Amino acid sequence: MKNENLYNYILGIADNSLILGQRMGELCGHGPSLETDIACTNISLDLFGQVRSYFQYASKIAGDNRSEDDIAMLRKEREYKNVLLVEQPNTDFAYTMARQFLFDVYHLAFLSELQKSTDLTLSAIANKCIKEVSYHERFSSDWVKRLGDGTEESKAKMQDAINYLWTYTDELFHQTEADKIMVSEGAGVDVTKLKEAYYKNVGDLLEVATLEIPESKYFQKGGKEGIHTEHLGYLLSDLQYMQRTYPNMEW
Amino acid sequence: MSEEQIRSLENQFEARIARDEKIEPKDWMPEKYRKTHIRQMSQHAHSEVVGMLPEGNWITRAPSLRRKVALLAKVQDEAGHGLYLYSACETLGISRDELYDQLHSGKAKYSSIFNYPTVTWADMGAIGWLVDGAAIINQVPLCNTSYGPYARAMIRVCKEESFHQRQGYEIMIKLANGTPEQKELAQDALNRWWWPSLMMLGPTDAESIHTEQSMKWKLKRKSNDDLRQQFIDQTVPQAELIGLTIPDPDLKWNEEKGCYDFGEINWDEFWQVVKGHGPCNKERMKARVGAWEEGEWVRDAAMAHAEKKQERKQKQAV
Repeated sequence: MKNENLYNYILGIADNSLILGQRMGELCGHGPSLETDIACTNISLDLFGQVRSYFQYASKIAGDNRSEDDIAMLRKEREYKNVLLVEQPNTDFAYTMARQFLFDVYHLAFLSELQKSTDLTLSAIANKCIKEVSYHERFSSDWVKRLGDGTEESKAKMQDAINYLWTYTDELFHQTEADKIMVSEGAGVDVTKLKEAYYKNVGDLLEVATLEIPESKYFQKGGKEGIHTEHLGYLLSDLQYMQRTYPNMEW
Repeated sequence: MSEEQIRSLENQFEARIARDEKIEPKDWMPEKYRKTHIRQMSQHAHSEVVGMLPEGNWITRAPSLRRKVALLAKVQDEAGHGLYLYSACETLGISRDELYDQLHSGKAKYSSIFNYPTVTWADMGAIGWLVDGAAIINQVPLCNTSYGPYARAMIRVCKEESFHQRQGYEIMIKLANGTPEQKELAQDALNRWWWPSLMMLGPTDAESIHTEQSMKWKLKRKSNDDLRQQFIDQTVPQAELIGLTIPDPDLKWNEEKGCYDFGEINWDEFWQVVKGHGPCNKERMKARVGAWEEGEWVRDAAMAHAEKKQERKQKQAV
């Protein structure tokens, strides 16, 4: 492949939306209210829309007749590059919203930088996605506040979710080799520079939500290198089911 | 109010409907009109919301990104219809919580078709094509029904449903023109959804208890049997066009009547499902009740948070 770094870089971005979109899609019809159900489905829909833009571009870069669907659904587990955070399961509504919030704050900052990419396609995609993601961030932040500063029960559940997921936040700012090369070429975002503002923003909101900021200094990473938690395999077996069972067909 | 006054109001009311005027939420209406509308509109709203489950079942396994996005959007539309219809229902003086209670306790019904399982991807095509197709036939006349909020809701609902129907048929076209395996998926889905779709248009006229009054209020403009005939006549050529076979050996064009004759519908199966003993009745209710119960702490927290915010606002104002 001529531009393997760019290809890997796009996958690194898109896989986060793909896996989180899949997780949010699982909730359809099972939300705590009709309004939240619609909102979660809508977030999933936005994320898959973004995935399509990224993978259509990746497919062009790869130039080997692989379609957006081949890229999305026919890789092996170790070839998915999403961060561990987005693959965590929908344990309950607090986990779902905490996961969304912890990702959205990062996602928004990331896209804001990606808009400045020297790669015009990536910059255009970022430009389109940022409007959607700023809505996601507002939605998830509101729910962290509602559940944190709601009832005793909701506060305990939200605190538990934040504590559990905290360990996966640091990976968002970990740079892969493809990242480093893309940053040096001006096309990629230097995620290390987003870290400070991220923890500040997240911390401020947790404070408003009357929640404790976790103090743990132990973090997990590996997703960006394709080493995932045990949850991902099951998610992929749903995602890939049709493409694996009925190979080489048009749908 | 004297009996005579009530009769006079009723006469004026019936005359307004006869003149095709819309009845609005604040207008006087007979109690039976109100109750009948709550029953039908909430049943419709419940059908939209329960109907999210069989299709939601395939979101994580959709075969392509394009299909996944379209399916998500479709199920989201259904949730939107539910929301819209519950709101329209609330204009008749009942709360959404009460309506949910009726659904969860089994007092309120929803369309029986959603008690059938979606076992393959082709079912997404068959549901869009047949189930939404039958729903449109049921619902288009309701765009002119007498109750204003319902009529207006139905205009929007029908537009989206007709889009869903085309989307479903398009899934079927793709399968029918695909590999032999895909064609088999399509035929199998048609075989399983055909008869339940015919049943969806309701019991035969002789068995239907609500028809006469509903006709008067324009809550119904054609009988169940007429709607069913319209559905069959419209759908058979669509199946032929893509090389699928309607699973009815008695289906035959009747030159004299200008419509299709068709085989006997298994009404025992229909009543079994209506009474709660279909393949998925229990699962569907369990999913709905489960989502509601598991969501209680979330709804409570949202209320508590709103109250706290309000209190803080008031304190600041003082």
